[in-house]
Amino acid sequence: MSAVPTTSSPQDNMRRRSPMAEVFFSLMRSRTFLVGLAIVLFWVACALFGEHFTPYDPLADDIINALAPPSSEHWFGTDQIGRDVFSRVIVGSRDILTVAPLATLLATVAGTALGLLTGYFRGIVDDVVSRILEAFMAIPVVIVALLAIVALGTSKATVIVVIGLSFAPIIARTVRSAVLAERELDYVAAAQLRHESALHTMFVEILPNVIPPILVETTVRLGYAIFAVATLSFMGFGIQPPSPDWGLSISSNYGMIGGGFWWTVLFDALAIASLVIGVNLVADGVHGALND
Amino acid sequence: MVFLGGQVLPGNVGRAILGPFADQRAVDALNHTLGVDRPLLTQYATWIWNFIRGDMGTSYIFRSPVAPFVIDALGNSMKLAAVAFVLVVPIGILGGVVAALNLNRPLDRIISLGGLSVTVLPEFVTGIILILIFGVWLRWLPISAAWPKNAGFVTQLYYLILPSLPLFLVLFGYIARMARSGMIEALDSDYTRTAVLKGLPWRTVIWRHVLRNALLPTITVIATQTGYLIGGLVVIETLFRYQGIGSLIFTAARGKDFPMLESGILTIGIVYAVATLIADFLYSVLNPRIRLGSDQ
Repeated sequence: MSAVPTTSSPQDNMRRRSPMAEVFFSLMRSRTFLVGLAIVLFWVACALFGEHFTPYDPLADDIINALAPPSSEHWFGTDQIGRDVFSRVIVGSRDILTVAPLATLLATVAGTALGLLTGYFRGIVDDVVSRILEAFMAIPVVIVALLAIVALGTSKATVIVVIGLSFAPIIARTVRSAVLAERELDYVAAAQLRHESALHTMFVEILPNVIPPILVETTVRLGYAIFAVATLSFMGFGIQPPSPDWGLSISSNYGMIGGGFWWTVLFDALAIASLVIGVNLVADGVHGALND
Repeated sequence: MVFLGGQVLPGNVGRAILGPFADQRAVDALNHTLGVDRPLLTQYATWIWNFIRGDMGTSYIFRSPVAPFVIDALGNSMKLAAVAFVLVVPIGILGGVVAALNLNRPLDRIISLGGLSVTVLPEFVTGIILILIFGVWLRWLPISAAWPKNAGFVTQLYYLILPSLPLFLVLFGYIARMARSGMIEALDSDYTRTAVLKGLPWRTVIWRHVLRNALLPTITVIATQTGYLIGGLVVIETLFRYQGIGSLIFTAARGKDFPMLESGILTIGIVYAVATLIADFLYSVLNPRIRLGSDQ
């Protein structure tokens, strides 16, 4: 494969590689994607195996050494009850990396189904469902979350449902416009002439052809889901203490920021920033690779 | 273009009407699940009627009418939002225009990438980092937005700079990106080429021909960002301990103070609808093509 220069005639490459492989190779050439992927994989590894290589137990307190500044013993210092900040930052990726992808998955499944329905049937179904979805999109996620949490109580499941359902309309809109273009094509007419059921036509015929925009939208939404989960746990919703979650740590420590204890919040903030930017770089790369 | 303008305008008005309605339905649904009300429509009608007359009910927590709290908080939030907007609109547009004029040169890359990365970060993350830099290390700005009592306009402004910066950063990316793509499209158009070819100075071409067309979509984006801004305010006001509508809703939600919560949400629904209407109005003033009676 390496003998083939990337600039040589695209037709040759197309013949040798399947479309999936083509996308894969274009991803492997994208610097943005690889950098983003490295960052995301780093945090996934921390979430999975973090506690095996953290120097301290992220939950063990040590009051005597509370609020110690960064040193060779505690690289990132300790928090107000003496927990090692470095260990907490490493393990802190776990909750957000469970909740945000699950919420995105829910949004993708619900959004795809709604998008297929509205795009395929058009007419009255489309009008009614689309207006409702638009109305939902007008409300900020934080407000929806506040209401849902008042009604349902705070838990990780609530956060997943809230974010999932808030993002579903956005995905539905993307899928709908892709389906609208797709349903005019001959293969859909052929399926209809064969008297395939509407469900079959939607999910078996059309769905595989609208996967690329769904994939792009999903990676973009994952970035926003991490944004939303972090924000909600900062507000005290969803992920609960004593989890070392980043947003939660910031929310319990930023009150002391005026006292100059910067290390209790800075590293968590940078961790969130790196993860969000990493996911967005991946999304950017996927977008580029699928739209070439 | 005429068609497009005609499509956009009624669409936005529709959403403007739907916006606050959705909030009420959400609020109503909430009431219903909690069993607070039985006949949904009657309850809803009286509540709306009372709200219109300025009676927002009585707070469960403070045991006093809600209205003064909401009005105070709304005023505070508007101050904060105004500072953020006054900063971000000119700077964001300038950033986008500069980027478009330097298309694909390093300056464009820096503005586009920088704008994009600060846009995707949660406000409390940029907020914390900004507090650390300007409040804790440099000690230039106060870390809380609660100014001393009877503070003058300048002092209030001084206290509001830091809280408005995270909002600024998020909005900057959006506005700059819209302004940039609007500029690129306008620079590429036939009327720009005509203007250049008929010998107008470059400066005149930019000011009179390109900018006027490039900034139209930007105005719509600014208006739609009001919805985002409300969500952002909840976070920022909590982080900076600022008594605004966002923190009011947040406290009401935590304390299950329903009259307060409902009034707060209905209020921002109205603000959102008004903002959208103003944007539509501005859009039609600035774009003679969708005005009904032409005066040019």
